[in-house]
Amino acid sequence: MNRFADLLDMLAFTPSRNAKLSLLQDYFRRVPDPERGYALAAIARDLDIPAVKPAQLRELISSRMDPELFGYSYDYVGDLAETIALAWPEKAVSRPGRNDAPGLAEVVETLQASSRREGPGLVEAWLDRLDPPGRYALLKLVTGGFRMGLSSRLIKQALAAFGKVEVNEIEELWHGLSAPYADLFAWLEGSGPKPVNAGAAPFRPVMLSHAIEDRDFEKLDPADFTAEWKWDGIRVQAASERGISRLYTRTGDDISAAFPDLVDAIAFDGALDGELLVARSAGGHIETGSFSDLQQRLNRKTVTARQLRDHPAFFRAYDLLQDGEEDLRSKPFIERRTRLESFVAGLNPERFDCSAMLAFDSWDDLAALRADPPYPVIEGVMIKRKSAPYLPGRPKGEWFKWKRDPFLIDAVLMYAQRGHGKRSGFYSDYTFGVWREPGELVPVGKAYFGFTDEELLEIDKYVRNNTIERFGPVRSVRAAADKGLVFEVAFEGIARSSRHKSGVAMRFPRINRLRWDKPPGEADRLETLERMIDGIE
Amino acid sequence: MKPEDLLIPRREGLYCPPGDFFIDPVRGVDRALITHGHADHARAGHGHVLATAETLDIMAIRYGADHAGATQPAGLGEVIRIGDVTVTFHPAGHVLGSAQIAVEREGMRIVASGDYKPRPDPTCATFEPVACDVFITEATFALPVFRHPIAADEIGRLLRSVSRNPERAHLVGVYSLGKAQRVIRLIRDAGYHQPLYIHGALQKLCDYYESQGIGLGDLRPATVAAGAKGDFAGAIVLGPPSAFGEKWARRFPDPLVSFASGWMQVRARARQRGVELPLVISDHADWDELAETIKTVAPGEVWVTHGREEALVRWCAMQGIPARPLHLVGYEDEGD
Repeated sequence: MNRFADLLDMLAFTPSRNAKLSLLQDYFRRVPDPERGYALAAIARDLDIPAVKPAQLRELISSRMDPELFGYSYDYVGDLAETIALAWPEKAVSRPGRNDAPGLAEVVETLQASSRREGPGLVEAWLDRLDPPGRYALLKLVTGGFRMGLSSRLIKQALAAFGKVEVNEIEELWHGLSAPYADLFAWLEGSGPKPVNAGAAPFRPVMLSHAIEDRDFEKLDPADFTAEWKWDGIRVQAASERGISRLYTRTGDDISAAFPDLVDAIAFDGALDGELLVARSAGGHIETGSFSDLQQRLNRKTVTARQLRDHPAFFRAYDLLQDGEEDLRSKPFIERRTRLESFVAGLNPERFDCSAMLAFDSWDDLAALRADPPYPVIEGVMIKRKSAPYLPGRPKGEWFKWKRDPFLIDAVLMYAQRGHGKRSGFYSDYTFGVWREPGELVPVGKAYFGFTDEELLEIDKYVRNNTIERFGPVRSVRAAADKGLVFEVAFEGIARSSRHKSGVAMRFPRINRLRWDKPPGEADRLETLERMIDGIE
Repeated sequence: MKPEDLLIPRREGLYCPPGDFFIDPVRGVDRALITHGHADHARAGHGHVLATAETLDIMAIRYGADHAGATQPAGLGEVIRIGDVTVTFHPAGHVLGSAQIAVEREGMRIVASGDYKPRPDPTCATFEPVACDVFITEATFALPVFRHPIAADEIGRLLRSVSRNPERAHLVGVYSLGKAQRVIRLIRDAGYHQPLYIHGALQKLCDYYESQGIGLGDLRPATVAAGAKGDFAGAIVLGPPSAFGEKWARRFPDPLVSFASGWMQVRARARQRGVELPLVISDHADWDELAETIKTVAPGEVWVTHGREEALVRWCAMQGIPARPLHLVGYEDEGD
């Protein structure tokens, strides 16, 4: 358990993405099967073991120590698993190098072979044999409480780097694999064959686009391209084979369980690339919801009847990758598109349609369409080469995204936080706000990029010279109508949010420009943001 | 006599009416007895200060030689009469020069332990339990969640991180008195003999420890003159944690921020401070050591001050030991 506990600790405290990648690779290199496989499953939240409930843990600790002392401790630490891990009374003083501590593999395999009822007793016995970091890892493992901030993409990239293979090869295999992934590691280490994804309806690595630059247009002939709307949902893949239907994210995570309404409608043999949206058909046409409607359905393991009714899932198809036995990916886009249209025509129109093609003769035509999309949930246009095969990854020169211009507001710097690593010693993470009432700024977002190194120096100097209060690594900065620093903030979307004090949440905010010239009193008001939301909805 | 006739809490600190002196007063008084040199216990501006020779030296280094009207060194174990009471100083194991102060009159003895730690520390004399009627204990880490690991193991984690990240500079946050020198000594004891780089705020106290026979090895100032940015790659740099947010920290390549403190036991504390490598190294007694010490000293009564008093008072109640919180104000956790 200790190697796993060390890994968790280091991942938790390491802010840098590259450092996390190398920690994971290092762990895969050092730790044998099956332990590394169980660790991988645990951090990928892909480990199926009977869970122990927090109430059961509280019962365990109450049988071991004075509840009043535990109460003081829990109040101070604030995290149940951490408090128990630290306060657990050891029967004997533990010594480093003791050899009766249970390993991760022992814990996982024992739990998998046990019933839910046996869980607490097992955990109690293990707690006695572990040191505090080991206990913490165990408790997080059995409560399923990992919030590591590790995306599944990052985990797959670490595997790819470890085995020196392309990440899309991992994505393609991923859902057909199961813990402890001995066959995957054997292949990555060169001691075994590449695992065959024997599961039905496998994931196919997706094709991605490049952002188009102004100078690209003169090199591209509009006649070689098609265009369609870029829908602001979640890029997904719907695959079905031999009666098994699955819905995948673009990184190959299986999200079928959260979208039973859509998965039930996957009545075909093949694989479609498309956009997941919330939409319903009304009077013969499809009414598409906003991204915040879709958010009601995201990041859930299960779904309620009410969510199914109020926010029905819908699939807008972009591409056909597989039709029955036939793999279409090597065919040109234009041919796949024709096949797609007839394929989708046979599907339930309440759940599937085809992304519409845009007619244009020149880039100026397309620019005019992009400037005036028919629905707010459109975030630009996609430009695809007619002759392009479907290639995994992000091939150059085939697909382009031409996003709508970002939203812009002027906001006032309120708090600054010190950065990490190369930004240590700089105040580089900024919380900015807008006016709710004259004299009352309300924070609306955080940004930590979009500025140059020179600008970072200037902002840092400003923060230091205008600090009002310090809270650990955070400083509150002077921000009044006549004194303060205004940022022009760019962002991709905005929605209502009950979790934020201001009631609004931005997507992908970044600093677009420093407005040293602008008096803070002239920065935007919260009403402006609320009107933007009304415009989207 | 009652213990309250010998020592009572006042706004300035613990006061002894029959001896007319204060222990660790938080503001200037005529006569002060000082347990150790941390700033919340040892302040400038007293008329007369009685403390160990090392504590007096440290106060002179921090505040200047004229920090008090007069000073008097107290030898460990030396019996000193003040008015109607006798006082003796006993090692507290907290930092160099730290002492518990036993105050005695007519067979009633109270020990004010200041800050203490019972575990061995190569940079100061080892804590010595003193039998007494009333034991005044700190409660900085008085919660069952605080069990300080073996300090050498924490240093091992630091050195492993250094060898794993040869391109980065490790900035280790240490308070300038006590923690800095103990961490340096532990690094040396772990077999690391390359130069260590220190922030200017540590220089004088490190020099002083050296002069007292505590070898700290090759210490160099962490100045830009000491080298270009790349020269600090793979280096260990020690400084007060407050310096890491300052421009000073920019001279180091991709700094990895560490902090040696008992507070690093709690993850949220480490994260709030932006610490990437928390090292749980404390100069205070942890929960088990507080309990052990009280059992060993076996006082008739326990008074609890600065920290998490309620938990320790609760523990004493469960053991059948009379205990109460003192509610002294003005003591922070500077020493850890």
